[in-house]
Amino acid sequence: MNALLLAADVNVAQNIGFYIIAAIMLYAAFSVVSTKNVVHAALWLVVVLGGVAAQYILAAAEFVAVSQVMVYIGAVMVLFLFGIMLTRASIGADTDVNNKDWKLGIPVGLVFFGVLVYTVVDAFEGTVIVEPSAAQIASSTTLISDGYLGDYLIPLIALSFVLLAAAVGAIVLARKD
Amino acid sequence: MLLAAQETAAAGWFLENAWLIPLIPFVAFFVILLFGKKMPRGGSEVGIASMVAALVVAAGAAYQWIDRVDSSHGEEVEPVIRQWVWWQSGGTRFGIGEHIDGLAIVVLLLVAFISTLVQIYSTEYVKGDRRYTHYFASITLFSAGMLIMVLAPNMVQLILGWEIMGLTSFLLIGHWWEEKANSEAALKAFWTVRVGDVGLLVGTAVLLGIFGTLDIKGINDSAAAGQFGSHNALMWAAIALFIACIGKSGQFPLHTWLPDAMAGPTPVSSLLHSSTMVVAGVYLVARLYPVFHVGLEINAVGQTFNLIAVIGGITVIVAAALAFVQNDIKKVLAYSTVSQLGYMMMGLGVGAWTASVFHIFTHAFFKCCLFLAAGSISYTASHHSFDMKKDMGGLWKKMPITFGAWMVSTAALAGIPFFSGFFSKDEIIDSAKHADYTIFYLVGIVGAFMTIAYMTRATYLVFFGTPRGGAAHFMGVEHGLEHRDDHAHETLGHDDHSDDHADQSDHGHDDHPEPVRGRPFPFAKYDSPWKITAPLLILGTLAVGSGYLNAPAVGVHWFEHQTESSIGLPLAEHEADGDNAEQVSSEHAVDESVGAEDVGAAEHAADSAIYSVPEPPKFAWGAAAPGLLLVLAGFLVSLFLSLAVFGKRKNVLSPLVGITERNKLFGAGHRFLVNKLYLDHLYEKVIVHGVAYPVSKAAYWFNQNIIDGVVDGAGRSTKRTGEWVYRNIDQRLVDGAVNASGMVANESGHALQPVQSGKVNHYGALLFGAAAVGAIVLILLNV
Amino acid sequence: MYAVNFLLLSAALFSIGVFGVIARRNAVMVLMSIELILNSVNLNLVAFALINKDIDGHIFALFVIAVAAAEVGVGLGMVLMIYRNRRSIALDELSEMHG
Repeated sequence: MNALLLAADVNVAQNIGFYIIAAIMLYAAFSVVSTKNVVHAALWLVVVLGGVAAQYILAAAEFVAVSQVMVYIGAVMVLFLFGIMLTRASIGADTDVNNKDWKLGIPVGLVFFGVLVYTVVDAFEGTVIVEPSAAQIASSTTLISDGYLGDYLIPLIALSFVLLAAAVGAIVLARKD
Repeated sequence: MLLAAQETAAAGWFLENAWLIPLIPFVAFFVILLFGKKMPRGGSEVGIASMVAALVVAAGAAYQWIDRVDSSHGEEVEPVIRQWVWWQSGGTRFGIGEHIDGLAIVVLLLVAFISTLVQIYSTEYVKGDRRYTHYFASITLFSAGMLIMVLAPNMVQLILGWEIMGLTSFLLIGHWWEEKANSEAALKAFWTVRVGDVGLLVGTAVLLGIFGTLDIKGINDSAAAGQFGSHNALMWAAIALFIACIGKSGQFPLHTWLPDAMAGPTPVSSLLHSSTMVVAGVYLVARLYPVFHVGLEINAVGQTFNLIAVIGGITVIVAAALAFVQNDIKKVLAYSTVSQLGYMMMGLGVGAWTASVFHIFTHAFFKCCLFLAAGSISYTASHHSFDMKKDMGGLWKKMPITFGAWMVSTAALAGIPFFSGFFSKDEIIDSAKHADYTIFYLVGIVGAFMTIAYMTRATYLVFFGTPRGGAAHFMGVEHGLEHRDDHAHETLGHDDHSDDHADQSDHGHDDHPEPVRGRPFPFAKYDSPWKITAPLLILGTLAVGSGYLNAPAVGVHWFEHQTESSIGLPLAEHEADGDNAEQVSSEHAVDESVGAEDVGAAEHAADSAIYSVPEPPKFAWGAAAPGLLLVLAGFLVSLFLSLAVFGKRKNVLSPLVGITERNKLFGAGHRFLVNKLYLDHLYEKVIVHGVAYPVSKAAYWFNQNIIDGVVDGAGRSTKRTGEWVYRNIDQRLVDGAVNASGMVANESGHALQPVQSGKVNHYGALLFGAAAVGAIVLILLNV
Repeated sequence: MYAVNFLLLSAALFSIGVFGVIARRNAVMVLMSIELILNSVNLNLVAFALINKDIDGHIFALFVIAVAAAEVGVGLGMVLMIYRNRRSIALDELSEMHG
């Protein structure tokens, strides 16, 4: 009991940080799906992705966080901006970025959210995360690499083929001829 | 790293390295594909070399296996198993390696040997083909697939080989895909077999669930020892696996792909239908025999039929009936293959394991030989046609090697005594009788009757009677050559000539230049080139000789002795009331060991050594007599029917066929006549009408009036039954079921059409909405 | 810290992403919404790795990142192709799959 309280005490700062980042992320995510300006949507998405990276650090997954920053904010966002540019979307606000029946998304999203909230709360209510020790955090990258080159070697190889196929496929699709 | 090294001290190099056998052709496939076109002979040399190398290793392994059995002194001969980790996922490791025992050795040797001959044959047959290199690549990979499957120590490798075969059979059947019929046949073969393959996957999954292992030896041992949770589960596993065998081995409901698969080049048909592909299903049953035997309670007390025997039995009869109404020589052989596979399945279904495996062995030689002979005919004589009625007839004179090989193989197929098919088929039939499966005994002998009948019909149409179409042209060309050579030559039927010369006047020799082809053997200069006839000679010899590895009629049980340890079940002496094998197995392990130890005692012990079927080794002519009488009857019925029906339809003088062969006088008169070429037509008419016609009339009268009532009637009804089965069962019932399932899919598609708005967003909404609803249902279920 | 924090945030992001996929007309924006969904899944995976003290969650998150990168590459390639052929990337005009 004492340890649990102690753990909760120690986590106050972390909790505050979490809620601030989470609030920013949610606002940004809403903006991504509601703004009428495509470029703004992409920029709001950067905020969300950065927030996710921050949450990774809070969750003691800094290798994933760094990968997130490099792959998403570095590469994927550039791709998106190229995509926007090459398809000549208007830089200003657009009138018809939504479907005619876009309201269909509201009930579906809400029902989905409700189901998820119910399940999550039902399963994990009161579960407290025990902080990993500094040594554990420090060894996590080692463990990841061991996992990749051990149990998950075949999936890793398969993934490399997926990436190769995607690269070839993207080139074939985008080629002008 | 070795997954499981059940290594034995003195297994011998070839046995330990038998994994090279499939590896060599597998590597050769890539070599041919990548470098074949740059090679002087288009990659065929690599294919043949790889098959020869595989054959050498297989022969070495066979030699060492025989040594191993002989030096075991009656103890149980352990298979040689080596496995390496192929891949792993999570904690499960999947092995690849080899599992060598008597059964595997037999089929390995068979596949390597026949593949070698077929590839040599192919170098001539597909010479100049536009996809020559690809052909050899595919056929090499095909053999590799079969070898991988045969060597499989576990189900995963077995499925791998099985699927490689499925893929390459598609490539080979559709080799000439520019013609729509060919590509359709390839697709049909592929999909029909895929239907069965679902059963293989399901059955394997169930086996993994029951036994917790994918190793074939583990599965067999556990099944034979009764170490499984539920017998029902084992039964369903056996049924699922058997569905796969139905698809692959062309058993009754899924046999339709096999005759269509004749669209491929003839060597491919020959390889597919003799030692590989279609045998895979039978091999699977033989390999996992304890699963099937225990799962389906074969040889249980009082059992009169079981799934395997019933499917096999139906296939024997239906396919043989269908063979009657085919005009395409390859289709006759295809249905014949289906029918013979039915025999093998039926044999396995009644517990005659050794006989069935031996039938795989003998059948491979004579059926391969028959297909290659058909290919030889179409290549040399009938202008690449396979139509027996339009383009063949009377070829026996000009193609002595093809004819001889064909006749020997036909005799073997028909089960005529002292040819190989007799020893294996008769043993299956005999075993059915002794295991108290009376129905299948009857099916067996009726099947034997039908077999010889349709083969006689085919033989008559191809080699005797009047040459027609392409064959007539061929015969005509060769006549011209004969005259130039001025050799003493033998006669043909007079009637042949009336057609020949009519044909010659239509096409002269010159407007049909000889195609570039290899040299024939000097003693058969009108026959096909030697690359075609040499395999025929070898296979023809084996069609006789292979039977003597296990010939109960002459007291040889060698084959049985070499393979009996592969059954996976203990051998049992047959009790008069059809006792179950497992119950008496322990006592008979002793019997068996005594038999192997002492050659003198081997005779007696081996008499009871067939699994729960004691008699077949103790061969009795009396027991075989009903079958043999029916074979004789079938021959006579079909012969007279062929003479009456085909002869009459082509030409009023048809009965002359018999006369010219019997009467030397006509032969001599005829020889005289051919030298006067331009008068031949007239003389033919004079001789034929003046002399031969009355004689033929008499023979015809004899045929029609004396034998007609019994023979013709019986024959006609057989033919009508065959046609009826083809029309109603094959075309309506089977195809109808297929069409009905298509209809259902079509209708349900129409009903669901409005959902398909074509808009991605709608699909997204449906997807996530359905996921949400599904989640709610799961939550409600779990609350 | 409570486990539900991460999981609820992830649920919210996921639902917003679902809404975006359904509501948006512009193909690029739909792809962005899909990125939201994938990120929420990643957050979940990392959270579970933290809860269960098991590194596998990180490994899977990295797998998802790699696959997502591939997906964006091919997806934008397709969008570009569609734009080149039709001068528009409005998804409701692409209804050739209409049954």
